[in-house]
Amino acid sequence: MNPEKALPSYLDQSDAVRERFERLKERPKILEVKGLDKVFETPKGETVALKDIHFDTHRREFLCVVGPSGCGKSTLIRILAGLDAQTGGEVLLEGKPVRGPGKDRGMVFQGYTLFPWLSVKRNVMFGLTVNGMGFQEAERQALQWLALIGLEKFADAYPHQLSGGMKQRVAIARALANQPRILLMDEPFGALDAQTRARMQAHLLEIWRKIDITIVFITHDLDEAIYLADRVLVLKAHPGEVQELIEVPVPHPRKMEQFISDEFLATKARLEELIYAHEEKEEGESEEEYDYPDMPRLVEVDDSVD
Amino acid sequence: MSRTNWFSVQTELSSQAKTVLGVFSFILPILVWSIVSYVPVVWHPLVQITDPGSVSYLQVDMRMPRGPFEDAVAEAQAEGQAPPEGFPANPVYLPAPHEVAEALYTAFVTPPPSKDMPWLHQSLWHSIQVIFWGFFLSSAIGVPLGVLCGAYAPISRLTEPFVEFFRYLPAPAFGALAVAILGIYDGPKIAIIFIGTFFQQVLIIANTTRKLDGALAEAALTLGAGNLQLLTRVVVPGVLPDLYRDLRILLGWAWTYLIVAELIGTTSGITWFITQQARYQHFENVYAAIIIIGIIGLGTDLVLGMLARRFFPWDRNGK
Repeated sequence: MNPEKALPSYLDQSDAVRERFERLKERPKILEVKGLDKVFETPKGETVALKDIHFDTHRREFLCVVGPSGCGKSTLIRILAGLDAQTGGEVLLEGKPVRGPGKDRGMVFQGYTLFPWLSVKRNVMFGLTVNGMGFQEAERQALQWLALIGLEKFADAYPHQLSGGMKQRVAIARALANQPRILLMDEPFGALDAQTRARMQAHLLEIWRKIDITIVFITHDLDEAIYLADRVLVLKAHPGEVQELIEVPVPHPRKMEQFISDEFLATKARLEELIYAHEEKEEGESEEEYDYPDMPRLVEVDDSVD
Repeated sequence: MSRTNWFSVQTELSSQAKTVLGVFSFILPILVWSIVSYVPVVWHPLVQITDPGSVSYLQVDMRMPRGPFEDAVAEAQAEGQAPPEGFPANPVYLPAPHEVAEALYTAFVTPPPSKDMPWLHQSLWHSIQVIFWGFFLSSAIGVPLGVLCGAYAPISRLTEPFVEFFRYLPAPAFGALAVAILGIYDGPKIAIIFIGTFFQQVLIIANTTRKLDGALAEAALTLGAGNLQLLTRVVVPGVLPDLYRDLRILLGWAWTYLIVAELIGTTSGITWFITQQARYQHFENVYAAIIIIGIIGLGTDLVLGMLARRFFPWDRNGK
């Protein structure tokens, strides 16, 4: 970052970006989260994981959720998926309350969750056939989804024959095959190496552009959040609460080069301020004040690495 | 070829080294057995008489301890009479490898002592049938029950504590009871193998099922799978390779119950052959029969292992 040049405010939006957000907000609300609470009973007493979470997501919006560790990001998305039950508040999908998992909400997990006993094609067909579609129609659609993610050549391979990035692409195709209203992604690229992750991000944006899907994407990578998202929901930890819902001022279509644009850096500075300032307050000390313990010298060192 | 460090912890061996070592695992015990059998200075505590000489109580082919034999020789020589002659021998219960190898063949071609008695292959076939039915009946109930226990906590709590208790009861203890209920023929034998296998089986299968990655079930739920579909389309296929491995191990356990089971009621099958041969001191036949059981067991397992690779091409834990 160049300290000489003052960054614009992350709240400044170009006309094109402002217009785009106006269009986005005119679209119907797909997901409404109202006063969501989640309290875990632990042997040490109650832990409040989520407290009074409110936010809405519009159709075809890409929403990223970021926050320090322990802010309940994963708990939130598991409640949205119906895998966990909230202790208060409600989640509405197109106005209807969410109860338990369902095919209207697809999910991509951080770990690899492809069924190892099924070929890639059969994995993508899984959601279709459990929902009663005939084999041939399911197969036809699965092949179309594989073409979309560029893996039709691997239709008959088993998951263990694929690389990590390919596995997650198939997982995305498997979730999308059901044509869910919303795609939930829980740090889906967290286990991938930096290069593959960058490719997957571009790929995901490409898919999102092509089909009618709303995405809620959890990450702890701030660059990833800004690069992908229309809006970024920032949570704070202990208890998990909404700090801010940031409209990302970086114009579309997104490109890798934008990582060093002013809007990008301003947004990132704001996110860091929200997340790390809070983390330091919580731990009661900042990085500079932290005293490293004296290390006993085990070997003779006669020069310095600095 | 690069040098292998044989003793670095958890290092994979080359397949060539594996084969060589595997063969040696058989050669080594046979080597020890051969040394004890063929090298006269090793062990050989007895003397087998070839010529009783003047000693009236000795007969040709009789085996006697070396000490008394030497006394008898000394005594005969002192009296100026012909001393007995003999060579160092092992006890009759330890035949030499070549005798057992011969018996492996002759046991199959030697007709039984009377017409209504079975040949060796008939005895073996009878044993295999007893094992099959015991194991089949156990698996037919134990595998589904184990999978249900692993998948559903209430079924597990309702079943496993009692099963856990029951598996400590030694199966042969139910022998007399089994005869009273099922008669003296194959019924009680199958029952003993069933009791010996079933209770372990339920617990092992339940544990295997519980080890299924929960994330797979969650993924299936988010794809719209219902409860029954979760069981039939995720849990069962997901644990199938491990379940198959469990069954291979359990089949080995079923064989270990065979001999006890066949002694119950009327002795039958390979056990009948073994006890019959031991009674006439044909110990080479006894060893041959025991080795045949081992060969059948190992052979079955190897075949099942090869089939596993065919059945579960996605399974990478499989050998």
